[in-house]
Amino acid sequence: MISLAGILPTSVASTLPNSNSGYVAAAYIVFLAIVLIYVAIMAIRLGRVERKVRELSAREREKDRETV
Amino acid sequence: MRSPSLRALSIATAVAFCVSLSLVFFYAPIEAEEGFLQKIFYLHVPLAIVSLSGFVIGGLMAIAHLRTRDQRWDLRSYVVIHMSLIFGAAVLITGSIWARASWGHWWVWNEPTLVSFLIIFLLYATYQPLRFAIEDPERQARYASVFAITAGAFVPLNFMAVRLSASYVHPRVLGSSSNLPGPMMLTFFVSLGAMALLFATLCCYELAAKRTRILLKARSRILGFQ
Amino acid sequence: MSPPAHVRVGQPVHAPAGTAKVVLALLRKELLVELRTLESVPGMALFAVTTFVVFHFALNQNTVSGQEAAGILWVTLLFAAMLGVNRLFVADADQGGFDAFLLAPVDRSALLIAKALSLLTYLFVLELVAVPAFALLLLGPPLSQALPSLLAPLALGDLGVAAIGTLIAAMTVRTRARDLLGPMLTLPLLVPVVIGCARATAPLLQAGRAGSGTLPLRWLGTLALYDLVFGLIAYAVFDFLLED
Repeated sequence: MISLAGILPTSVASTLPNSNSGYVAAAYIVFLAIVLIYVAIMAIRLGRVERKVRELSAREREKDRETV
Repeated sequence: MRSPSLRALSIATAVAFCVSLSLVFFYAPIEAEEGFLQKIFYLHVPLAIVSLSGFVIGGLMAIAHLRTRDQRWDLRSYVVIHMSLIFGAAVLITGSIWARASWGHWWVWNEPTLVSFLIIFLLYATYQPLRFAIEDPERQARYASVFAITAGAFVPLNFMAVRLSASYVHPRVLGSSSNLPGPMMLTFFVSLGAMALLFATLCCYELAAKRTRILLKARSRILGFQ
Repeated sequence: MSPPAHVRVGQPVHAPAGTAKVVLALLRKELLVELRTLESVPGMALFAVTTFVVFHFALNQNTVSGQEAAGILWVTLLFAAMLGVNRLFVADADQGGFDAFLLAPVDRSALLIAKALSLLTYLFVLELVAVPAFALLLLGPPLSQALPSLLAPLALGDLGVAAIGTLIAAMTVRTRARDLLGPMLTLPLLVPVVIGCARATAPLLQAGRAGSGTLPLRWLGTLALYDLVFGLIAYAVFDFLLED
């Protein structure tokens, strides 16, 4: 099995309980990153939708004022 | 089909993940052969199972769409397949990390599950391009459903074909989930449940967002502008 | 395409023509059109031969045998087939053939079967050219010893390509970028066919042994099963592609 010790500087490698922990951590971090990126993209889209709703209600109010 | 409360799902998912991760790191014993590395198993395999199920479920929803002509089934099918593709990307990346840790290569051809996954990923990656290449919305939904059904049927067949073609000389890198001792089995199933809940939550989230956008478009069209 | 001849305006409508007759009529039309325009098959055959030449230079080898030979043969056949698949429905889409067909009181799957059979014919002609060319240009061991057994994987592979190719061709012909989407969709779906055919062919092309390897039935069985399942699926969903 490939040891991580040869790749990382000793200070980092020494905080890991096992030479393979780096890979396990990497896998879980990738997973977390993917989920968080997805949430971020959804948040951006939500922002856009909110902006459109605000525009829409503004225009609606204008139209109501015009027709009155 | 009323979508379950998003809040309840999110809370359930969060709880499930806390439980599953605790089990993975504090309860499940260290495996004899692979050592600590085996812990990736509790992430990678549930991701794979949920992703594959998602593709098949997307195909089933597509069948419902073609039979009932209800556009809501097409929307669900689209969201489920899209989510399965994202989970599929996670499967490939975590599988690659595991391969690197176990074999020293970032990719291995003798792991049939990973190879099958690559093929399926490449296939479903064409789903969105296909949809966006068809302008008429009704035709787009119909063609997408035909694709989803064909590809959904392909998933199990592909697995069988690739498994047949893999040489039996090399030991399976990712190990099998069939003969796990008790504590590992429990941890695995809890992790699987947590992943399934996450999938369901994200799908409901995406569906709600899409429906909102559709409503918004309809309103703005009524009011006379895009 | 005009409705079957016995249905004329103003006369009582007879029962729709049997599907077999419709399939034969459509198939005849397809093959006649191809014979007159020579759009697909010469291009496919030429592409295959050229690809063999490219392989010679890419691999820097004079002969190949065994699994390598099987792989080169099947990849070339597959990509040449993609050319044919791309063109399969183009004339119908561009010239309104779909609408004419939809007006006829016939089972729509007849179009699927006819197109698949015509593609099968093109592939057969392709192989008539490509396999001897392969034997001439690249193959080490003599073709004669492999040939009778080679027919089985060729036939089963062709059936798979025909079934899946026709379905995907129908799906992508009326989309933008259809020449790109077609192969992108078809190739992953054909991976099991490639696996089966390449593995089945490899022992047949082994160098040095007189009478060479025997045909592994396991792969043929898998291929046949795959062809059957996808043939059925294609038949089941094809109608939905033609609705408008």
